[in-house]
Amino acid sequence: MSREILKVENLSMRFGGLLAVNGVALSVKEKQVVALIGPNGAGKTTVFNCLTGFYKPSGGSILLDGEPIEGLPGHKIALKGVVRTFQNVRLFKDMTAVENLLIAQHRHLNTNFLSGLFKTPSFRKSEREAMDFAEYWLEKVHLKEFANRPAGTLAYGQQRRLEIARCMMTRPRILMLDEPAAGLNPKETEDLKALISVLREEHNVTVLLIEHDMKLVMSISDHIVVINQGTPLADGTPEQIRDNPEVIKAYLGEA
Amino acid sequence: MTRNLKQALFSALLVWAVAYPVLGLKLTIVGINLEVHGTSNATLITIAVCSVLMFLRVIFDREISSAWRSSPGVPLIPAKASNFLTLPTTQRWIIIALIAGALVWPFFGSRGAVDIATLVLIYVMLGLGLNIVVGLAGLLDLGYVGFYAVGAYSYALLSHYYGLSFWICLPIAGLMSATFGFLLGFPVLRLRGDYLAIVTLGFGEIIRLFLRNLTGLTGGPNGISNIEKPTFFGLTFERKAAEGMQTFHEYFGLEYNSINKVIFLYLVALLLALGALFVINRLLRMPLGRAWEALREDEIACRALGLNPTVIKLSAFTLGASFAGFAGSFFAARQGLVTPESFTFIESAIILAIVVLGGMGSQLGVILAAVVMILLPEMMREFSEYRMLMFGALMVLMMIWRPQGLLPMQRPHMELRK
Repeated sequence: MSREILKVENLSMRFGGLLAVNGVALSVKEKQVVALIGPNGAGKTTVFNCLTGFYKPSGGSILLDGEPIEGLPGHKIALKGVVRTFQNVRLFKDMTAVENLLIAQHRHLNTNFLSGLFKTPSFRKSEREAMDFAEYWLEKVHLKEFANRPAGTLAYGQQRRLEIARCMMTRPRILMLDEPAAGLNPKETEDLKALISVLREEHNVTVLLIEHDMKLVMSISDHIVVINQGTPLADGTPEQIRDNPEVIKAYLGEA
Repeated sequence: MTRNLKQALFSALLVWAVAYPVLGLKLTIVGINLEVHGTSNATLITIAVCSVLMFLRVIFDREISSAWRSSPGVPLIPAKASNFLTLPTTQRWIIIALIAGALVWPFFGSRGAVDIATLVLIYVMLGLGLNIVVGLAGLLDLGYVGFYAVGAYSYALLSHYYGLSFWICLPIAGLMSATFGFLLGFPVLRLRGDYLAIVTLGFGEIIRLFLRNLTGLTGGPNGISNIEKPTFFGLTFERKAAEGMQTFHEYFGLEYNSINKVIFLYLVALLLALGALFVINRLLRMPLGRAWEALREDEIACRALGLNPTVIKLSAFTLGASFAGFAGSFFAARQGLVTPESFTFIESAIILAIVVLGGMGSQLGVILAAVVMILLPEMMREFSEYRMLMFGALMVLMMIWRPQGLLPMQRPHMELRK
């Protein structure tokens, strides 16, 4: 199959005396959808924070295309093409939907001070292209009619979609979604599922997600990693995970 | 009702207690009698009327507030007008009209008025510069006056020691201040909110004390005097030109009139302020300006999208400082004298008050607030002892009625064409 894009080995994160993540390993191949599941407080988001540079891991290695990225600051990791969404949506609420998308394109734009000051043709062109790219993605996530509304006034499900579109503005290679289906109704969850497969098929994005909605996880994941209390519990295909007695025990408690 | 009565009596007494020191009354013991000194019948009557009014106000509190509420709500500025005033397009037209007016009026105004207007323009420039840092990037900077001082001293020193002209020094002063902004910003920008405010406050004071104690170079507390005024393409506005120079009035064959100099200084200030206004206006529509606002709203999201927060904050700090540098060098040229005492903390506070009063991020608001803050004390010279009192009262009233500022910003939203 395709090559490995992200390899995490023996990742650990310690907060004082608390070992929040201990020895987690991940192997993600290109264009795969990999899910990270586990009970509340298992350390899934901590793993995400380590991968995206918000925390500096206490131990272990993270290789992106064979290149170590552990301990790099968040914005550098984002520039390498690892972009995330947040468990509680983090949009720029006072800015319009389309402006949210423009900000995410910052490094692709002409940020030269003088050319912006005098509106040179190259500056205009770069702004126009950014606008077109934003429009394209607004269309994709069915938010074009809300383009000029402040992001904070959108409905919750729309905000979630906008956040994904905003990530796509950075032309990511790995998209990390932290509970993308939380708070969505069944219809919206179906749409999300369709969107994720579009991202994978048409835009060659590898998706890593944390999710509690098992129906969604089982239907879109190629590979599932289960974490319990910071330690890896199991990993495998959806079928293997579904039948794993350890996993059932962790979720439902002992019979 | 009895509780109300008690409260009302207490409030009435409080009026006396407050009026006594504020109006400068004095109690003196004469023999065994206590006498009130330093008063007239008029002040006593005023205080009495005020306390009665306060008594009635408190005792009929409920009636008054219910009447107030039932009357059709009339806000200070009607909502529609307020919205209209803050729209970007209206603001642009107002600004164009203001520019036209500002260019023409000094030729008809009095010398004193033009002089004060020049001062107002300096504060407009400072307000616009600080607005970048505080209003757009959301970094509370209490040491902004430090960069103003750097700009002023850059010109003063270069002119004093090397005889460089104002127009050469202006960009140098801007660059110097920007450099200082960069150097000071680098270590402190990892701090947030209150901590940043305290550290910048310290830096502002350090710069002032440094200038004060570097006697050999800066003249210490005496400062540097006899700084040259700006010239008009090499023509001075003095009565007699220095050697090798020509005066403005001789060149154009006019009678010498000292008001020419004042008007020229005003026009230079206007030019600089308009330049600042233009640059900031463009910045708002540039990726950099958008990034500042995004960073103010959510730093974590910015980082997750690959924006480097340090670089973006630093650019705001540096650009803001450079405007202070321009304003500073003009200040030095206009004054002809710089001393460290022109750059005390109260200046920073006034500039910050201009930004907050005008409405964070709003340019027209800053202009209006600068006019109010500088003009009011000048016009009410008789009440100068109460300046701080009025200053405080103005701030309190603002926070009650218009916490978002006089003319709050409406951002020029980028819109998708349909």
